[in-house]
Amino acid sequence: MTMKVALANSHSTRELRIKLRTEKVSLFYGSFQALRAITLEIPEKAITAIIGPSGCGKSSFLRLFNRMNDLISGARVEGLVSIDGIPIYDRTIDVVELRKRVGMVFQKPNPFPMSVYENVAFGPRRHGKKSRSELDMIVEQSLRQAALWDEVKDKLHQSGMALSGGQQQRLCIARVLAVEPEVILMDEPCSALDPVATLKIEDLMRNLSHDYTIVIVTHNMQQAARVSDMAAFFMMEEDRAGVLVEHGPTSELFTNPKDKRTEDYITGRFG
Amino acid sequence: MKTKMTFRSISSRKVTQRFAFSLLILATTIAVAPVIYIVIYMVLNGSGVISIDFLTQPPSQAGKAGGIFPAIVGSFYLMLGTLIFALPVGVLAGIYLSEYARDNWLTRLINMAILNLAGVPSIVFGLFGLGLFVMTFKFGMSLLAASLTLACQALAMTITTSREAILAVPKEYLEGSLAVGVTRWQTIRHIILPQAMPGIITGAILAMSRAAGETAPILVVGAAFIVPGLPSSPFDQFMALPYHLYTAAAHVPGMPKTIMWGIALVLLVVVLSFNLLAIFIRLRFRQRRTV
Repeated sequence: MTMKVALANSHSTRELRIKLRTEKVSLFYGSFQALRAITLEIPEKAITAIIGPSGCGKSSFLRLFNRMNDLISGARVEGLVSIDGIPIYDRTIDVVELRKRVGMVFQKPNPFPMSVYENVAFGPRRHGKKSRSELDMIVEQSLRQAALWDEVKDKLHQSGMALSGGQQQRLCIARVLAVEPEVILMDEPCSALDPVATLKIEDLMRNLSHDYTIVIVTHNMQQAARVSDMAAFFMMEEDRAGVLVEHGPTSELFTNPKDKRTEDYITGRFG
Repeated sequence: MKTKMTFRSISSRKVTQRFAFSLLILATTIAVAPVIYIVIYMVLNGSGVISIDFLTQPPSQAGKAGGIFPAIVGSFYLMLGTLIFALPVGVLAGIYLSEYARDNWLTRLINMAILNLAGVPSIVFGLFGLGLFVMTFKFGMSLLAASLTLACQALAMTITTSREAILAVPKEYLEGSLAVGVTRWQTIRHIILPQAMPGIITGAILAMSRAAGETAPILVVGAAFIVPGLPSSPFDQFMALPYHLYTAAAHVPGMPKTIMWGIALVLLVVVLSFNLLAIFIRLRFRQRRTV
C-alpha cells in the first residue's frame, strides 16, 4: 500500500509505501484509557511528527511501535499495530527482534556509563558481532551517520557521559543506527537541548529520513513544521484519553487545518 | 500589622539556638565516645600480648599460653565460606526481586520475610543450622555446617544490598538497552550488574565482617575451643576468634587477662579492617563513576 506525501523542503509529491500502521488502537494502563481508537498510517523513509498538548498520549502512542509500553505493568493494547503489514502484538512476535528493527531515541540523552566506542558497539556486540575490525567499521559508520564522528574520533575511548548534551543525544542516535533499524522513534529528542544542538539534530533527522522511517514526538510546533513531512495532531478528551484529531501532510496541517481544535492549537490559543 | 522586633527577642532566640546546638554535639559525643574508648582500652591492654608467636602459634595449656593462629585461620575460613554461599544467592535473588518479580502480594511477602530475616536472633540461626545442616544433611559439627548457617544469616543483608544497588541503577539504561534490541538478561549482565557491583561488594564484605564476629550460631554447629591442627576439610571442626574469646573468658579458670584482651583486639582489627575495606571500595568506585 502507498500514500501520497508532499516531502518537506521540496515541491514534489511522492508516492510512499506505508511502513507503520495502527487501526483502531486503544491503550489502557490498568483501568485508565490512555489512547482511544487511533487509526494512522505512517509512510516509509519520511518524517512523521506527532504533536499535541502535554498528556495527550503522544509518547504512549510512539511506544506502541517498539512495544516499550510492555514494561509498564497493567498496560494493554487493543486494535491492530503493524509494521510492513505484520501485526506486532501477535503472540508469535519476538519483541527483542522487533526492537532491533524499530530503534528509539529518548527525551533525556541516556548514553550508557561506558566509552563512546562501547556505547555504539553495545548493540552489535550483544547481537553476536565479535570481530574487532567489523565493530570498528560499524562504530565509525554509525558515528558518521549521526554527524558525530569528527567531534569524537579522538576520544572514542573516553566516557560517553563526558560529552555535551547535544553530542550525547547524537551518540544515542548512533547507538540506534549501529543495529541497522528500519524505523527510528524519537521521543522529544531535543527537549533537553539548546537551540544550536537542536538544529544539528534536526539536520541529522532530515539526512536520516532518506534511509529510515522516522516518527518524532515533539511539543515544539516550529520543530514539527521545520522537520516533518507528515504530522498528526493528538488531543485529550474529557476522560483524559488521547485521540487523533487530524493528520496529513505537515504543510497542509499547518497552513490549512481542517479541524477547529488543530487550528487553535497551532496558532497557540491553548496547549 | 508587623510585629515589632526587639533586641531582647533576638538574643533569646540565640540562646535557644546555642542550647540546641550544644545538645546535638553532646548526643554525637555520647554516640562516638564508647567506640573510641573501647578501641583505646583494647589497644592499651591487649597490644602487649600481640607478637609474631601469638599470631602464628597454636594455643597451649588450654589457651593460657601459646598463640591463636588456628582461631584466626578458622575465622577466615568461616568468612570465605559465608561469602561463597551468601554472595551468589544474594545477587541472584536481588536481581530477581528488583528486575523480574512483579509487584504483587507474593513479592511483598518475600520482601517482608527478608527484612524479618535480619531481625531473627542469631542463636535461632544456630539452632536452625544444627537441625538442618548438622543433623538432617549429616554434615556434622563442621566448618561447612557453620559456613552455611552464617550464610543463611548473611542472606538478609546480601539480598537487600544487592537489590538496593540494582534499583539504584537509572532506569534510562534499561530503556536505552532494550530499545536497541538487547535482551533483559544481557542488559542486566552488561550494564546493570557492573553498575551495581560496588554496592553489592560492599554489602557482601559487611556481611562477612558480621559473620566473623558471630559467636552464638557457630557455638552449636561446629566451633571448638581447642582443635589440634588446622581444619583439613570442610567437614572438620574448627576454632574461631569470637568463640575462642568467649570460652577463654568464661570457662578457663586463671586465664591471663592480657590474652583475653589480645584476642579481642585481633578480632576487632579483623572486623574493622573489613569494614574499612568496604568503605574504601565504595569510595573508589564512586570516584570512577563520576568521571
